[in-house]
Amino acid sequence: MVYLSKSPWILHYDASSCNGCDIEILACLTPRYDVERFGILNTGNPKHADILVITGGVNEQNRSVIQNLYDQMPNPKVVVGVGVCACTGGVFKECYNIAGGVGEILPVDVWVPGCAARPEQIIDGIVKALGILEQKRAEMSRAEAGA
Amino acid sequence: MIDAKLITVMYVELLLFLILFPLIPALILTVLRNENLRAIVVTAGAGISALGSILLLAFSVGQNQLFFTVPAPDIALVMLVLEILIAGYLVIVSAKAKQFLVIGFVLLQLLLIGGAEYLGLEGHSKVPDLLTDEFSAIMAVIIGVIGGLICIYALGYMREYQEHHKDLPDNRPKFFAVLFLFLSAMFGVVFSNNLIWMYFFWEVTTLCSYLLIRYPETEEAINNAFRALLYNLIGGACFPIAIIYILVNGGSENLGIGSLIAAGPAIALIPASLIAIAGCAKSAQLPFSSWLVGAMVAPTPVSALLHSSTMVKAGVYAIARFAPVFDGQVLGMVIALIGGVTFLVTSCIAISQSNAKKVLAYSTIANLGLIVACAGVGTPEALWAAIFLIIFHAISKSLLFLSVGTVEHRIGSRDIEDMTGLAAPMPKVGLMMLIGIAGMFLAPFGMLISKWASIHAFSQALPPFGMILIVILAYGSAVTVFFWAKWMGKLLEVRKWEESIEFKISKAEWAALIPLTALTIIACFGIAPISTYLIEPFLVTMYGKISDLIPASNLMIMVLMLALIVVLPVLMMKILIPRRSLRRYMGGVTVKDGVMEGSLGMKREIALSNLYLEDLFPEAGLSKYGSVITIVLFCVLLLGLISGGVL
Amino acid sequence: MITILTAVAFLIFAPVIGVLVSGVDRIITARMQGRVGPPVLQPFLDIAKLFEKEKVGVWQAPAVLIFLHLAFMVVTGLIFFGGGDLLLAIFALTLSEVFLVLAAYSTRSPYAHVGAGRELIQLIAVEPVIIIAAVGFYMVTGSFAASDIMNYSGLPVILLPGIFISVVCILTFKLRKSPFDLSTSHHAHQELVKGVMTEFSGSTLGMVELAHLYETVILLGIIYLFFVGNPLLAILAIIVVYMLEILADNSTSRVKWLPALRGAWLITLILGGGNIIALSLL
Repeated sequence: MVYLSKSPWILHYDASSCNGCDIEILACLTPRYDVERFGILNTGNPKHADILVITGGVNEQNRSVIQNLYDQMPNPKVVVGVGVCACTGGVFKECYNIAGGVGEILPVDVWVPGCAARPEQIIDGIVKALGILEQKRAEMSRAEAGA
Repeated sequence: MIDAKLITVMYVELLLFLILFPLIPALILTVLRNENLRAIVVTAGAGISALGSILLLAFSVGQNQLFFTVPAPDIALVMLVLEILIAGYLVIVSAKAKQFLVIGFVLLQLLLIGGAEYLGLEGHSKVPDLLTDEFSAIMAVIIGVIGGLICIYALGYMREYQEHHKDLPDNRPKFFAVLFLFLSAMFGVVFSNNLIWMYFFWEVTTLCSYLLIRYPETEEAINNAFRALLYNLIGGACFPIAIIYILVNGGSENLGIGSLIAAGPAIALIPASLIAIAGCAKSAQLPFSSWLVGAMVAPTPVSALLHSSTMVKAGVYAIARFAPVFDGQVLGMVIALIGGVTFLVTSCIAISQSNAKKVLAYSTIANLGLIVACAGVGTPEALWAAIFLIIFHAISKSLLFLSVGTVEHRIGSRDIEDMTGLAAPMPKVGLMMLIGIAGMFLAPFGMLISKWASIHAFSQALPPFGMILIVILAYGSAVTVFFWAKWMGKLLEVRKWEESIEFKISKAEWAALIPLTALTIIACFGIAPISTYLIEPFLVTMYGKISDLIPASNLMIMVLMLALIVVLPVLMMKILIPRRSLRRYMGGVTVKDGVMEGSLGMKREIALSNLYLEDLFPEAGLSKYGSVITIVLFCVLLLGLISGGVL
Repeated sequence: MITILTAVAFLIFAPVIGVLVSGVDRIITARMQGRVGPPVLQPFLDIAKLFEKEKVGVWQAPAVLIFLHLAFMVVTGLIFFGGGDLLLAIFALTLSEVFLVLAAYSTRSPYAHVGAGRELIQLIAVEPVIIIAAVGFYMVTGSFAASDIMNYSGLPVILLPGIFISVVCILTFKLRKSPFDLSTSHHAHQELVKGVMTEFSGSTLGMVELAHLYETVILLGIIYLFFVGNPLLAILAIIVVYMLEILADNSTSRVKWLPALRGAWLITLILGGGNIIALSLL
């Protein structure tokens, strides 16, 4: 059955965003966009999350933190990079402390460009991620059945 | 058909054997300094006492209450001489320590009991000296089996104790001798029918308690020993007054427990209340309770034997004996309230304690309070609850004390905070401790069944006291859940799997811990037969007829629940266990599992501490208010007694 | 026989009712906040999803303890709806709660540890009321057996108004609703993440959620007992009480544990304790 895509729980991590994208993500929770319509919850806890949403470029300080959070999420899981900084490092790309986009350390499944990414875009990106999530689950259960 | 006379002789010999036999190992042990020989004597002595008590229990099934006279007319005189000798000894040691208040009370008691003997010497022969019934037999098994196991445990424990306390003189011969003397005195208390006999054994237990508390011979230990002695003497003074009252008002034929209860509340209520006061002191009810907390300085087997499973039970045993007298009486309700207040207040204090032995001490006082409350209510159902509380408390609490003692010698601390994740380095002892704690407060285990029965009993008790007791119990049991559950949680907070350090635990300690754990579980499964074959016949003897006790179907549900706890984890383990293990979530800044990095790159291991809520439940404040309330209640009780014409 | 059927019905239908109640709860909450809210069956979807996920954990013990938590929640319901002794059901409920707390402690996570401590505080805030309520039912109906209480023809609430109010107050603790959502809640809180539930994931968390559905039904069953003589009125009362809980959830901010505990104990003592003492004197 396909329960996973009906109840995606999100972990939002601000890598080194200017907070523009973060505000837009929070806007998704507000009455205007209300992502709970799709069963989406912001959990704030990797152990409960299915989707890791990262805003901002990765800096040297939080490399290990992002890796840690990702490792602590149970499978199947997907990563969504929100905002142009998360994609490439954006305007901060050449900064001494920025390693680049999230792709530098994690396998990102969906990129949501924009500065800041609009709530509609973000929701669209999450919905795209749901498809991939479902695919991963199917693979996982196949692997389990095979083993 | 065996001759009735033969049965009587057999019984008398068995009872006298149980009382007198422990004196033999006691005498041998005083002179024995060889450790191996001591181990043999202690094990044999404990084993024979335990077997004897089990034999008595087996005989008791299906027998009614039986009374016996010991064919030795001069025994009263011997007891009087012994009492004078004990008093003399106590006067000498107290004078040495400048404890003049103690001397005062010793002399007062001597005077009172002398007066009583003077009045009642010829009455000695009018009442049977000994009695036995199911209740006595249950108490005897607790003393014989649990007491015996603790004596064996003490062999291993005391060896390490002396190694840990090199500065102390090795007084183990005396220590073990007093332990066996104590067992003898306890058998005496529970088999006595004649109150003068009971008083004699009662005083011997007080003496043993004093001697064992001061075993470490530190200043603190000596002070606490004298405090225990003083409080027990204050309470104990009520005992001879009760005897004198009976002799003056009821005549010497009412000096036996059986005949006194049969005489009805009109005669029995006042002496029973006086003995209840003595019982409250012995059972460390507020405001007397501080002696028991102080007694925790003694080596752990002493705490387990005297100050949780047996001696303090003598107090509640005496009150429970007279429970039928208190049925429906306001004075009984006052005693019940003293127990209830003690239960609530000391349970609250236990929350604020992190010293494991102090938690156990306060919880012991609390549970004794609950037993006193049940006995004071005095209905058949309440007495049922009281007896079950005595049984389960004795087993679980001794298990807990002994496991704490073992852990203390391994990790060098008796603080609960130091027992974090104990389930890893000491899996077996950890499990035993968990079972012991579960036995103290969780549903399908014994104590809770008794709590449940006591709620049933209180809800039928004299209004509005019954309801006040219910409210007290409701709060008290909530608080109980708190301090036990956080202790259990602490044991389970495993950091990582470590090498077991259990191989250093001596055989003697295992020999006591394993049977006690087994007993905790067996007793829970055996509630229904214990109730049917032992307690219900006893209640029928005491009350004539009994109605609607705990229905058997509910006991079955309890047993099923217990089975579920044991079976479910085993069945589901395979399905449930995680396929991949994760680090703990600590905001993403985990360096390795359980270690986090601060903002300046400082690496720290997490340290978790439990809630103790000292502001909400301060030890000093609570015991002060508790004492004030109970002192007021005692004054009410005394007023009741005076208006009843005792003075 | 009927009571056994009720117990079996509980086993099967309680999760269904629980899902519907909590689904409607989430929709009403959303509407109160000006949102549309999730589908009614969202709680079911959530739990089903959790069972689809990978089995991970800190070590072996928490999952086993959580399973016992669920098992004894079901046992509580079976005793309660099977017409068993009310006190026995309460003790089974406490046992179940203790397993949850132990599971949280055993993870040795800082957040779960704080949550477990608070969960225990909630437990002791609630325990007295429930015991007093059981005794109240005994005084009105003359029996502790749920089956006898269910056959009572009057309205116990008339004689037990104080106890009823205290039970409604502590229901907020039990349903994990604001202002008493101290140990965990539906929404993530900054200072303790998800409290007791922080370290549970996948099927372990699913079992916690499932147990909560059972618990909700049991609690509503207790409310039902107060109006047992008139089933229509009872269902109406359940709806009103639950609406009040949702309203409180959305219109209050959380309190600290100390005022919560003091408040709960005071209300229990004055209203609950006063109620049974007065009743015994009548």
